[in-house]
Amino acid sequence: MSAQERRPKIVLDQRLESSLESVDQSEEKIVALAQEAGFAEEETYRLGYAVREALVNAVVHGNRYSANKTVLFQVACSERGIEIVIQDQGGGFLAETQMDPLAEENLMNQSGRGLALIRAFTDELVVEPAQPSGTRVILRKFLPPEVS
Amino acid sequence: MSAKLITRQVGDVTVIDAVGRITLGEGSSVFRETIKDLVSKGNKKLLLNLAEVSYIDSSGIGELVSGYTSVSNAGGSLKLLKLTKRIQDLLQITKLYTVFEVFDDEAKALASF
Repeated sequence: MSAQERRPKIVLDQRLESSLESVDQSEEKIVALAQEAGFAEEETYRLGYAVREALVNAVVHGNRYSANKTVLFQVACSERGIEIVIQDQGGGFLAETQMDPLAEENLMNQSGRGLALIRAFTDELVVEPAQPSGTRVILRKFLPPEVS
Repeated sequence: MSAKLITRQVGDVTVIDAVGRITLGEGSSVFRETIKDLVSKGNKKLLLNLAEVSYIDSSGIGELVSGYTSVSNAGGSLKLLKLTKRIQDLLQITKLYTVFEVFDDEAKALASF
C-alpha cells in the first residue's frame, strides 16, 4: 500500500451551529461513519459517546450556545481507524486545570466527567488551545489489527 | 427518544421506571423535575429502574448524582435497579459504583429500604 493510501482521508468537514440539534445530528453521522469504517457495535457506541461529549463541551462550555459561533467538526478515516477534530470558538479551556472527577472528594460533583469518559472511550485524546481562540479536541480510535 | 419516567408506589417505596435516553436537555430536565417533585411531596424511598434506559450522557450521570444528593439530604435514599451493561460501565469508569446501591432484582431492592 502506498503512503498516499495510508494517509487519512477527510470524509466530513463541517461548521456546526452551536445547538444540541447539531450535536444529535453529528452523533448520528459519526456512528454511521464508524460502522462503515468497520468498527464493532460496542466500539461504535463508545466512539459516538465520546464525540457527543466533546461536541456538547464545544457547544455548551465553549461557544455557550452562541448563534454567532460555530463548531468545526472534521472526520478523517484511514485503514488504521478514525480521527475526529472538534474545535469551538469559545474563550479556551485548560484540561490540566480541571478537577479530577475520579478523586474521592469530587465524586459527588454534578459535572466535570465528560473528558474522563471521552478518554476512556477513545484510544487517543488531544486537547489544545485553538487559534485565534477556542479549544481544539482531537479524538482517535483505531481499528483492531485483524480488521485493519 | 428522550427520557420518559413512570412512577409507581410499592408499599412505601416509589419505583421510577425510566425509558429512553437521559441526556443534556429534555431528558435530564425531565429526570431532575421528577426527583424534585417526589422529594417535595415527601417520597424518601426511591428506586430508579434503568432497565429500559438505552443511553445516559455525562449530564444524565450528573443528574443521577444530584438526585442522590437531594434525596439523601431530605433523609431518604435513591437506589438503582437493573442497570444495562453500558450503564454499569459508565458507573465503573466514573467510580460511582461505589456510591450507589445497585440491584438486579426488584424484590431484593424493595426489601433493602
